[in-house]
Amino acid sequence: MSSENGKRLPETDADGLNFEATELTLGLPGKSRVTPDGGAKLGSKRGFSETVDLRLGDNKDANKLGQSQIDAREAAKSPGSKAQVVGWPPVRGYAKRGKKSCKYVKVAVDGAPYLRKVDLEMYNTYQQLLTSLQDMFSRFTRNFLNEKRIEQVNGIEYATTCEDKDGDWMLVGDVPWQMFVESCKRIRLMKSTEAVGLAPRTPPKCSRTS
Amino acid sequence: MQKRLAYSLPDEVLEHVFSFIQSDKDRNAVSAVCKSWYEIERWCRRKIFVGNCYAVSPGMVIRRFPEVRSVELKGKPHFADFNLVPDGWGGYVLPWIAEMAGAYPWLEAIRLKRMVVTDESLELIAKSFKNFKVLVLSSCEGFSTDGLAAIAASCKNLRELDLRESDVDDLSGHWLSNFPETYTSMVSLNISCLGSDEVSISALERLVSRCPNLRSLRLNRAVPLDKIANILRLAPQLIEFGTGAYSAELRSDVFSNLAGAFSNCKELKSLSGFWDVVPDYLPAIYSVCSRLTSLNLSYATIQSPDLLKLVSHCPSLQRLLVLDYIEDSGLEALASNCKDLQELRVFPSDPFGVEPNASLTEQGLVAVSLGCPKLQSVLYFCRRMSNAALVTIAKNRPNLTRFRLCIIEPRTADYLTLEPFDIGFGAIVEHCKDLRRLSLSGLLTDLVFEYIGTYAKKLEMLSVAFAGDSDLGLHYVLSGCKSLRKLEIRDCPFGDKALLANASKLETMRSLWMSSCSVSYGACKLLGQKMPKLNAEVIDERGPPGSRPESCPVEKLYIYRSVAGPRFDMPPFVWTMNEDSTLRLS
Repeated sequence: MSSENGKRLPETDADGLNFEATELTLGLPGKSRVTPDGGAKLGSKRGFSETVDLRLGDNKDANKLGQSQIDAREAAKSPGSKAQVVGWPPVRGYAKRGKKSCKYVKVAVDGAPYLRKVDLEMYNTYQQLLTSLQDMFSRFTRNFLNEKRIEQVNGIEYATTCEDKDGDWMLVGDVPWQMFVESCKRIRLMKSTEAVGLAPRTPPKCSRTS
Repeated sequence: MQKRLAYSLPDEVLEHVFSFIQSDKDRNAVSAVCKSWYEIERWCRRKIFVGNCYAVSPGMVIRRFPEVRSVELKGKPHFADFNLVPDGWGGYVLPWIAEMAGAYPWLEAIRLKRMVVTDESLELIAKSFKNFKVLVLSSCEGFSTDGLAAIAASCKNLRELDLRESDVDDLSGHWLSNFPETYTSMVSLNISCLGSDEVSISALERLVSRCPNLRSLRLNRAVPLDKIANILRLAPQLIEFGTGAYSAELRSDVFSNLAGAFSNCKELKSLSGFWDVVPDYLPAIYSVCSRLTSLNLSYATIQSPDLLKLVSHCPSLQRLLVLDYIEDSGLEALASNCKDLQELRVFPSDPFGVEPNASLTEQGLVAVSLGCPKLQSVLYFCRRMSNAALVTIAKNRPNLTRFRLCIIEPRTADYLTLEPFDIGFGAIVEHCKDLRRLSLSGLLTDLVFEYIGTYAKKLEMLSVAFAGDSDLGLHYVLSGCKSLRKLEIRDCPFGDKALLANASKLETMRSLWMSSCSVSYGACKLLGQKMPKLNAEVIDERGPPGSRPESCPVEKLYIYRSVAGPRFDMPPFVWTMNEDSTLRLS
């Protein structure tokens, strides 16, 4: 079959474009790609869900068909779950189907111009949540530095706080995880200096990397 | 002599003739005939549909069409449904409401999809439009029940309030009480998306009892099963009904009350809701099943035997939404019982699980394609597929107009032959000549795109993920699909060449979305600068694209045609590739 108009693009190994560098390899979906100029990896994908699977190692040899399925099964430590790619499969909040509660909460970061939303049901422990927030937060600070919104000061600590159904704010980490998931309505990363006076025990802090 | 007669038709006659022409396409054609027809038509256009709110400015719309009564706007790109568009991207309706408040005091209907609607916008609607009748907020967000309270309090002539799939900040269930006791005009109310917080049942019952024209009522999960019977008895004229949580302790008095209430609704044609189903309560709806044309069980986590039984009671079904718990056996029963079926959607009960959760394979879809001669629209999630099945489906059902297949694991091959699905989807586009919408999945090479470009001449919307080998694939689609309006692509090895070679095609489309592909910043800039009628926007959360080499691929690219120029409300992570973005007039 020939294409309808006169223009024909070169096949994969023709001149001009370095396809190899931009080619997606058959690996687990969502794995980071090498940039065309051979520089550092573009960084892991943006989805919060992926940070759940920090235990996954790199999988460079998944070239065989079906390999990705086997890898996913091997990699997923918790039974029945797998490495998640953002927005795949394309289900609209269907992860919420059959669940009693809808656990998307808004996350605000002091100084950030916009909010994020996080699905608490995607995490099993505070550590997973905080790591994900830290990843999200460090992206903000990078944006800020570029836009000169805040000064870079080493060692500023941010406290992770949550608002419950009654509108009270408290530091995250005091209650068992499941109870937290059920009661938390909103999350705010506020500067530690402002967090004085909240729950007495030392909570897990989300500290900024310099 | 006869020529002069034709020119002397008075404007009022032409206007009267035009009033019979409702479709936008025809109206646009009418306005293009000559200057005087353009003038007459613009004064009598009453309905506007803007498929991309950034394609035109509110001022431009108002200037051309001064007497509009109904506005429909769409905001975010479709992939926003799957969290691919970061929060804060845009799609704000407030600027539109603000301008229409002054220009269209007699506006009656606002329909929005994927837009950010604030309480301020809702309050503005409530106080600006005295004859406001219809508010449909589909997949919208940014507002709370406070905004709804304003609508309820002020819109005396409100007929339709439909919040389908919107994300509402549920602050209190008492907003319903804001409908005054004198308010009686509700025809359609859909609050199914409201959160688990309580809705005031008594306010709801009072509202239902004083609205004799209520035909469509979709409740939210929080409305308990034992309240349903009473509500139904207050509105036996309902045509569409959505339950809340369909579970309660099994009690025969509750059951018979419920069954009686349902059997009282002689005109009920559509049912939905069914969260948390207790199967023993399902027979309560049997009396209405024979008349049912639409059934949405996509929240019903019940198993195959119960689903099979239910479906066997519904011979008139035209539309079924269901979870994969229905399994192949249930779909085979559907195929033999429901000969009027037009639309089928099967959703995954466990989308992120590795092992199949239910015995649903390609066989179920094949059975339905064989048994249901009117089947036009399919959305099917499954874990395995074969080219043979796709070819069979294509040959059985050449009348398909929408075919969306999601094989859950990316790049899965044909389980029988281990080949890509090029042949299978090729058969779909070849046989289904009226196909307007197609979503691909599974292992696919550039060949499938060659088939699509060759055969899919009526295709308007194409969704592609984890597919293709090279730019050739994208080139086939852009150069071959004559009717293409929307193209959304993620995680495909498509780069600059095809995009730049087909730049002018983009002006004939509504929009193009590409994320996690290989389009470079340099190419985006080129497109933005060379194509003034396109808005090329780069979404990149790593910081300004200019801080990286020009050859570096962008994270996400959204290109859409626009007569309004680049937008002014972009958040920090969205960059316009157009020059002179400050000089545009609205």
